[in-house]
Amino acid sequence: MLEIDNLRITYGKHTALGGVGMAVDKGECVVILGANGAGKSSLLKAVGGVVRPASGVISHEGQDLAQVPAHEIVERGIALVPEGRGIFARMSVADNLALGCHPARARGGAEARRREVLELFPRLAERQKQLVGTMSGGEQQMVAIARALMSNPDLLLLDEPSLGLAPIVTKEVFAALGRIRETGLTLLIVEQNVRASLALASRGYLLEAGRVVGSGSAEQLQSDPAVQRAFLGGTSEPLENELN
Amino acid sequence: MRYLLAVLALAALATLPMVFGDYGTGMLVGLAGYVTLATSWAMFSGPTRYISLATVAFFGVGAYTVAVLNEVLPYPLVLLAAAGIGATMALLVGLSTLRLAGIYFVIFSFGLAELVRQLITWFEVNVTGTLGRYIFLDLEAKHIFWQLLALGAATLALSAWIRRSRLGLALRVIGDDETVAAHSGINLARTKLVLFVASATIITLVGAIQAPRWVYVEPSIVFNPTVSFLTVIMALLGGATRLWGPLCGAVPLFLLFEWLSARFPDHFSILLGLMFMAVVYALPDGVLAALEKFRSKGNGNSATKPAKEANA
Repeated sequence: MLEIDNLRITYGKHTALGGVGMAVDKGECVVILGANGAGKSSLLKAVGGVVRPASGVISHEGQDLAQVPAHEIVERGIALVPEGRGIFARMSVADNLALGCHPARARGGAEARRREVLELFPRLAERQKQLVGTMSGGEQQMVAIARALMSNPDLLLLDEPSLGLAPIVTKEVFAALGRIRETGLTLLIVEQNVRASLALASRGYLLEAGRVVGSGSAEQLQSDPAVQRAFLGGTSEPLENELN
Repeated sequence: MRYLLAVLALAALATLPMVFGDYGTGMLVGLAGYVTLATSWAMFSGPTRYISLATVAFFGVGAYTVAVLNEVLPYPLVLLAAAGIGATMALLVGLSTLRLAGIYFVIFSFGLAELVRQLITWFEVNVTGTLGRYIFLDLEAKHIFWQLLALGAATLALSAWIRRSRLGLALRVIGDDETVAAHSGINLARTKLVLFVASATIITLVGAIQAPRWVYVEPSIVFNPTVSFLTVIMALLGGATRLWGPLCGAVPLFLLFEWLSARFPDHFSILLGLMFMAVVYALPDGVLAALEKFRSKGNGNSATKPAKEANA
């Protein structure tokens, strides 16, 4: 569904990604792990059309995306939930969701999709008229994900959905992502919360200084010494402990 | 019913020149001009939050077009030519500048007015050999007022239509977060450009329609930067993101400025600057938003209730 080959992203003299390749198949949930500055967000932004790659190929359903602008990328079925909540604080939940249906591909069946999305996030259903800026961080993240889902995507990109959230709220957001995954939607997630994201994902890639230094199934990555060293404090305790 | 009321209100306004004398009608012309300028300015700058100081660039081009063409073409065609020139200029300026970040756009827009003024001055001095032109059109103040009234009503109608269209929702977010706006499928560049061209065309027409009031026109008269600043203050005072905001700001400020400029002609610029600062500090979202806040406080803090619920 999504293929990335030899992708390079530079900001002036700084190279954020130095030739990265990866693939995501339909219905998969893939996580990209890496420390701050490893290039994870840049990668996601390039797929979402927010930054232009210096070189390389981003191909979605066989079509090159590298030069496609962001508003067109949404029309191709890729929705981005940017880092730090992609919401409009001064608008209500209902208006944020209505905005999600703005793309042409989302106009048909918008009402049915709204019902589905509100079933996924029952908490939002009760608060449709509330201004999003007055909601808690976790609820705002749910609005951001719900807004992205309203655009009727085939592929959902999430940039650090747990950033700045309390552990209990993170758990709730990941539980919602689990329900989204069950619907068969393809997910590509950038995360620093390794335990939670590996519990959700089927596969993952490990980025370090702009390069892929490891990849494999969620189980393999969990026991990968590099991942252990970098994120899990050298232990391999069961994921359930973290999530409960 | 609403349309009927709007038509009746317009008809009532149209009779005002019969009630007021020549001086009053002259004031009405200025008032209708600024209401239209502020409303059309807010059409672009309100949602995008690109503060444009280029108002007088377009306004002046409109006035100058009339000065150049008034003896060559019939009046309706002169207006059409002014609109065409304004739209073309806005298209070129928009294509080259709307990708700039907000602050650079402000600086550019201010420079644009000066650039156009200097270009026209250079052209007149070096090519046509004249600086200053006469406008001999058989138009009285009331005719000008009626045209501005029609243009102002059309501008409000266009703004109202944009707000109700699908574009309206997109416009509410375009100044908030461009990444998310783009990821909601909004073509930012095109949306900004369309709004900028529409707004600038109306501003050019205001300049063109008002031009016959001057009789004698030269660049320093029609490219007076005060026009740009007044327009911004008026729109901000009323609330640039609201349909009726610019009108609510333009009416009292125009009357105040008329009084101030007659009473304190030497200190007018200082007063204008102070007023600008007062509006930005005290009423950042405009009078209408402040009134709404005040009213909701009176109704038992209903606006802050959701926040409390959220934290509970």
